[in-house]
Amino acid sequence: MPGLTRESNSNNSTHQPGTEEHIPPGRSLWADGIRRLRKQRLAVVCFWVIVFYLALAVFEWIAEARKWETPAFIRWNEIVGPSYQKPMVPYEWTTADGKTEIRREWMGTDFMGRSTLRRTLYGAKTSITVALCASLISLAIGVPLGAAAGYFRGWLDELIIWLISTLSTIPYLLLLMAFAVVLRDKTIFGLELRGITSVYLAMGLTSWVGICRLIRGEFIKRKESEYVLAARATGCSNARIIFSHLLPNVFHIIIIDLSLRFVHFIHAEVILSFLGLGETDKPSWGAMIDAARAELARDVWWEMTAATIAIFLLSLALNLFGDALRDCLDPKLRVD
Amino acid sequence: MTVYIIRRLLYTVPIVVGVLLLTFFLFSVVGGDISQQIAGKNADAETIAEIRHEYGFDKPLFWSLDSQFIDHFRKALTFNFGRALDREKISDKILRGVGPSLSLTVPMFLGTLVLSISLALMVAFVRGSWLDVAAVVLCVAGMSIPYLSFIIYGQYIFAYKLGLFPIMYMPEESLLTSLALPVLIGIAAGLGGNLRFYRTIVLDEMRSDYVRTAFAKGLSTSKVLFKHVLKNALIPIITSVVLSIPYLFLGSLLLERFFGIPGLGSLMIEAIASRDFFIINAMTFIFSLLIVVFTLLTDICYAWADPRIKLE
Repeated sequence: MPGLTRESNSNNSTHQPGTEEHIPPGRSLWADGIRRLRKQRLAVVCFWVIVFYLALAVFEWIAEARKWETPAFIRWNEIVGPSYQKPMVPYEWTTADGKTEIRREWMGTDFMGRSTLRRTLYGAKTSITVALCASLISLAIGVPLGAAAGYFRGWLDELIIWLISTLSTIPYLLLLMAFAVVLRDKTIFGLELRGITSVYLAMGLTSWVGICRLIRGEFIKRKESEYVLAARATGCSNARIIFSHLLPNVFHIIIIDLSLRFVHFIHAEVILSFLGLGETDKPSWGAMIDAARAELARDVWWEMTAATIAIFLLSLALNLFGDALRDCLDPKLRVD
Repeated sequence: MTVYIIRRLLYTVPIVVGVLLLTFFLFSVVGGDISQQIAGKNADAETIAEIRHEYGFDKPLFWSLDSQFIDHFRKALTFNFGRALDREKISDKILRGVGPSLSLTVPMFLGTLVLSISLALMVAFVRGSWLDVAAVVLCVAGMSIPYLSFIIYGQYIFAYKLGLFPIMYMPEESLLTSLALPVLIGIAAGLGGNLRFYRTIVLDEMRSDYVRTAFAKGLSTSKVLFKHVLKNALIPIITSVVLSIPYLFLGSLLLERFFGIPGLGSLMIEAIASRDFFIINAMTFIFSLLIVVFTLLTDICYAWADPRIKLE
């Protein structure tokens, strides 16, 4: 085996002598994909937008867990001005320690005088937590089931197919709401499902079907390929073939699917929050849009707009980045 | 053909059973006894016991001829879902909601379909140009705006600010005036995703060999697009159309909610607000059944159109 690795690293051993100088150095799928991705300026911008949102959420997690003195920009429940202060209009405000100053809120304030901008920034944490947890749950269910079904076939495959067809027969929104309603404020195995926990649990438990089907299809296609036969011939166990040969080769499919699925989770969180099934005591984009419904009648448009822009930018970045990723990593799917 | 249909019919049995098992597990095992919630906070033990008996929460879950498990199957298979928490028959509630839901979703669906397919053909006509790129970017942008924002802004701007449409659904007015705005908002919100979907279908067809042949023998782009590509692209289009019919009955949850349309979407939202598991359970089963039936129809149509499928 070491000899084989060295040969493939020197990347010209299999080619005929004489043509060597014309052959570009071989790259792995990922190295090649990332190289192509970096050439697309739009995809790079999208990547940094996504990183910004993630960093915001991670920062808020750590700050909360470590009980840090939180910086001003995420102190969302601090009262910074009068009720429904218009954005960018200067106003006079007396702070808690008695000083009077002229202030300006970028995105205005809500009915209690809390900053809309801070609430929007904090909402990133809620949305991203929900989407991340839901993604992890759906991956944790979908990938092993899909891999087992595609690799072992037989009765196991039949059983998993039955599960998939059952779940995909129920309209998704109905299924999601049924799960969210039933799981809300329940205690299962000693775990109390409050607020957003029931939301991402419901999303994760209902949305693994897509990735499961994808992985199953890929496994069926790839389990007959030469590298799997070679692995089997050298005496690899099934587990080893699945985990160290097949899964790394379908990993890009998982990543692409995930980046596009993330958008769905974020939009689903908005809808569930709006239906009163989401986070109740902390700001979330869905709750902001829900509150804005009543506020629009008083011409308070900024809370709604702030939440919409926050969702729009993240979804756009994820959508464009996911598409670019697919084009770069999966040459077969490339659209000209 | 008959054998195929029978086999295909038998195949739906485990799926229906699966749906019933899932809903039973969800609503009876995990959801459990909601008699306390029905009775209210201050109810005495007697009232709760009465409610438990009325809704059958006092029966054993499994392992009895009169268990909740058997009850669940019997109710679903006889379409007798009993009464909702407000004592009205669930089947009456559902039947009442179908009309308003369909009058909203059918024009919305047809509008989106016609608009997105014709736009997709136009985009395919100019494929690769900046117009194509702009169209794709606009589609993705449209898909990135939350559905709720479309509805709230649409209602705010066109009904509240400009006063072009009534803000709420009014049963006494004509359907055209009271449903125009929700239908238009629905079309606008769905256009991005649909256009992109149909563009992919059309472009996939454009890459096939017969298109190359058609171009090679000197046909114009419009001839190729409308005479060859459209005809062949119709198969995936019709499939997606047939499979979205069940969803039309389901109505539009959010649009109905915002415009006060008394359809099935509104029914669903009311059921969620009052945690009425009985309605949610009935809706889940009925719509799964509808989807099973329409999937079956599509498959049979396929087998009828394509003799290769029957051999599988």
